[in-house]
Amino acid sequence: MSDSQSAFTIANDVRSGRQRARDILEQHLERIDAREADVHAFNLVLRDEARANADAIDAAVAAGDDPGALAGVPIALKDNLCTRGIDTTCSSKILQGWKPPYNATVVDRVHAAGAIALGKTNLDEFAMGSSTENSAFGATRNPVDLSRVPGGSSGGSAAAVAAGFAPLALGSDTGGSIRQPAALCGVVGMKPTYGTVSRYGLVAFASSLDQVGPFARDVRDAALLLETIWGHDPMDSTSIASPLPSLLDGIDKGVAGLRVGIVEELTDVEGIDPEVRAAVGKAAAALEAGGATVDRVSVPSTMYGLDAYYLIAPAEASSNLARYDGVRYGLRGAGDDISVMNANTRNDGFGSEVKRRIMLGTYALSAGYYDAYYGQAQRVRTLIVRDFARAYEHFDVLLSPTSPTIAFEFGSKTTDPLAMYLSDVCTIPTNLAGHCAISVPYGNDSVHQMPIGVQILGRELADALIFRVARALELSRGA
Amino acid sequence: MSVITSANGTQWEIVSGLEVHCELATNTKIFCSCANRFGDEPNTNVCPVCLGLPGSLPVLNEKVVEYSLRVGEAFHFTVPASSIFHRKNYFYPDMPKNFQTTQYDEPICADGWLEVDGTRIGITRAHLEEDTGKSTHMGGDGGRIHGASHSLVDYNRAGVPLLEIVSEPDIRSAEQAAAYVDELRSTLKAIGVSDVKMEEGSLRVDANVSVRPVGTDGFGTRCEIKNLNSLKSLRDAMDFEAMRQIEILEDGGSIKQETRLWNENEGYTASMRSKEEAYDYRYFPEPDLVPVAPSDELRAHVRATMPELPAARRDRLKAELGISEQDARTLLSTDGLADYAEAAVALGAPPRDAALWSTQDVSAHLNLVGRGADASGLDPSLLVEILQLVADGTVSRNQGKEVFAAALAGEGRPGEIVVARGIAQVSDTGALAAVVDEVFAANADAVAQWQAGDDKMRKKKRGFLMGEAMKALKGQGNPQLLNQLLDERLP
Repeated sequence: MSDSQSAFTIANDVRSGRQRARDILEQHLERIDAREADVHAFNLVLRDEARANADAIDAAVAAGDDPGALAGVPIALKDNLCTRGIDTTCSSKILQGWKPPYNATVVDRVHAAGAIALGKTNLDEFAMGSSTENSAFGATRNPVDLSRVPGGSSGGSAAAVAAGFAPLALGSDTGGSIRQPAALCGVVGMKPTYGTVSRYGLVAFASSLDQVGPFARDVRDAALLLETIWGHDPMDSTSIASPLPSLLDGIDKGVAGLRVGIVEELTDVEGIDPEVRAAVGKAAAALEAGGATVDRVSVPSTMYGLDAYYLIAPAEASSNLARYDGVRYGLRGAGDDISVMNANTRNDGFGSEVKRRIMLGTYALSAGYYDAYYGQAQRVRTLIVRDFARAYEHFDVLLSPTSPTIAFEFGSKTTDPLAMYLSDVCTIPTNLAGHCAISVPYGNDSVHQMPIGVQILGRELADALIFRVARALELSRGA
Repeated sequence: MSVITSANGTQWEIVSGLEVHCELATNTKIFCSCANRFGDEPNTNVCPVCLGLPGSLPVLNEKVVEYSLRVGEAFHFTVPASSIFHRKNYFYPDMPKNFQTTQYDEPICADGWLEVDGTRIGITRAHLEEDTGKSTHMGGDGGRIHGASHSLVDYNRAGVPLLEIVSEPDIRSAEQAAAYVDELRSTLKAIGVSDVKMEEGSLRVDANVSVRPVGTDGFGTRCEIKNLNSLKSLRDAMDFEAMRQIEILEDGGSIKQETRLWNENEGYTASMRSKEEAYDYRYFPEPDLVPVAPSDELRAHVRATMPELPAARRDRLKAELGISEQDARTLLSTDGLADYAEAAVALGAPPRDAALWSTQDVSAHLNLVGRGADASGLDPSLLVEILQLVADGTVSRNQGKEVFAAALAGEGRPGEIVVARGIAQVSDTGALAAVVDEVFAANADAVAQWQAGDDKMRKKKRGFLMGEAMKALKGQGNPQLLNQLLDERLP
């Protein structure tokens, strides 16, 4: 992993002809060949397509063309991003074999920037989970310790980057599905402000929370990838129309003068591993040393984020996943009658966690319960937005753990959904508020030497600012 | 208001509100750029969005908003600063996402009204939604899903924009319901937002019907009647349903709230599903769309470009052309006909004649051309010319109609046709008098009978002699002059 090159280096070298995209690709395919059988980051590796694309990049460079900001950079795509003519499964049996007739906007954008799609990465089925154990095609293992989960739901993307299979990966984050696996695998993962990255072609889990974002081994690479994919998309009505700032221009400006608040409700509560809490403290100290002021801040309603999330996300999911009925595509169950066929398709095709959330969401939206559940959850969401707004009157960015714990062992939480849900307690409030947040590796735990991630939270459209703080933290690690 | 008197003499009235689904005639669908076109090969106007493929997202068609604003203006609606879409969740194979994206409690148009024959019918709301695909059930009984061996689904219609216009329960008879739909339809057509073809399904009407004894003002339990494919089926179904309910109530029974299907061939309504079987649609706000907030510029543009509405135009036609309400309605019932009459008037035709020749002769021509023909391509100067030829006595009124029909059929200018066919009115008094004298001489019996007869006999014989004279003139005698000569010369 240490010999892996950054996306910046690769792109610069390929654009200038110093390295060939094909050679870069072969190096990464060799790493995949060596370790993928253990890690299982991918549902599908696109060897032939990747080789053809890499050769095309090299040909373009040879012809004097500039292939773009990600020229020749291998990238792993979460398998809930639509890829034209290429299986897109969401790690669900119900979509096994389905080949979308179109690309997700983000897929088109990385292609247009010259990146080489290496494959489709494993996830918890339909992005529902925090360990990638809910995949219909087998769990992904944490490359740092194969007996532990990589986190989830974007566990395959996090593992691919951590294992050196690709310098970059795309994931999706609905309640922490980028940041939590990034923390558990020791890589950078970022959830952009809602509306900055197109969701067109991202298979929906919970539409008002889903956002595509980058994984990378360092902060600048993550910013480079986000700059490539974000910006208005007329195909997504929730996409922000106004121009977005550069993420890289001011990324090295440091933190002098910034006000940083440690969120008490996400840091000091029960269930946060003391070593994780200590890492947040160290990160705060490093920022102070860099000239920032640090204080503690209460954002009270974030305590109820988990409860609100587990009503809103399943409610939207119950509707989003209704289309998987065996009529038009994907798995078709047996049955002479349409309703029997629908039921068998869904019974055979969905795993237990997906079924649990569909039932939760259906219940939460039912006549007579809507106001008590879905309605109440939306009111909590409003309170979280309000409380964050108050905090941001006094602070530029907020700080907290990304995950309450380090990567846990396989099977340790699969029998207790509520314990699993707690993995996202620190990340969920950002999704509910539509804000941005980034997880940066900040040390390892002393017992297992597993990575710990620290989360930097920003208000709406503070993406560039949290990258800057993340970059400062990253640099302080070496100090 | 029309009263229904039952067998035992009790007087009842209908209480009804209508739900009208109007397909908006935009070029493209409501949430994607697929063509919105009726009658194409199945599943040719489809894309990831209207097929609801995983990962696809809706984007609201701006024309749909503009058309809704037109409807808002036409029916005196309030169009709020912002309205939103919801998801209506239920499973049905012709609905690609298994939810319908529709407006729910915050519609784009609220609190409007429409005046029908002097009565104001309240319109609660008009809300936007996407149409579903169309299922054809094969091998079963009467095209229903039950018993079918398989079903074919065409998604061309999936995502066609619909505006559902929901009236208040202000309607008191089947006739009034039909008049309401007729006025609604002609208004929607005039403002250019829909084809309003009930037979093609671009206008679909569901009727909520209850009954109550005349003089009471509570509401009875209502039934919703579906499958009404014409104004006639609307009237027939409502009258049938009212009688059905009256008979149940007079037998001491009670009405079950349910949805009933009109059987057009047999002429009755039958239960489709009861209220207890109604779905729980689990409505919630559509997270993939942002609120609909029409700009001030769009509102101003729509206001500035609203055409004259049918009711106002009827009033103007009545006043300017000196015609009856019925003639004004006839002029507006065929595309382009009123425009044709008005264009002829603008070119100098006498207004009333221009209107009446349009309702009679132009309509007759269009009927010959075929169903759906409209007057927009016809030359109004033909009517101006023929009316001139009639006025100056070159041709008689009946000859004029013959020549006009030929001219509309493309045989040439009216003047040319008169020459080509040798049609010319004989207005030479001397020549006409000679013919009258010949007819009298040849029909002395008739003249004698006229002399001896009572009024009735005189009228009969005078008509006979007039006919003989016209026959001798090959129909080309000036009828006014002939009449005059007959009066002068009969003994």
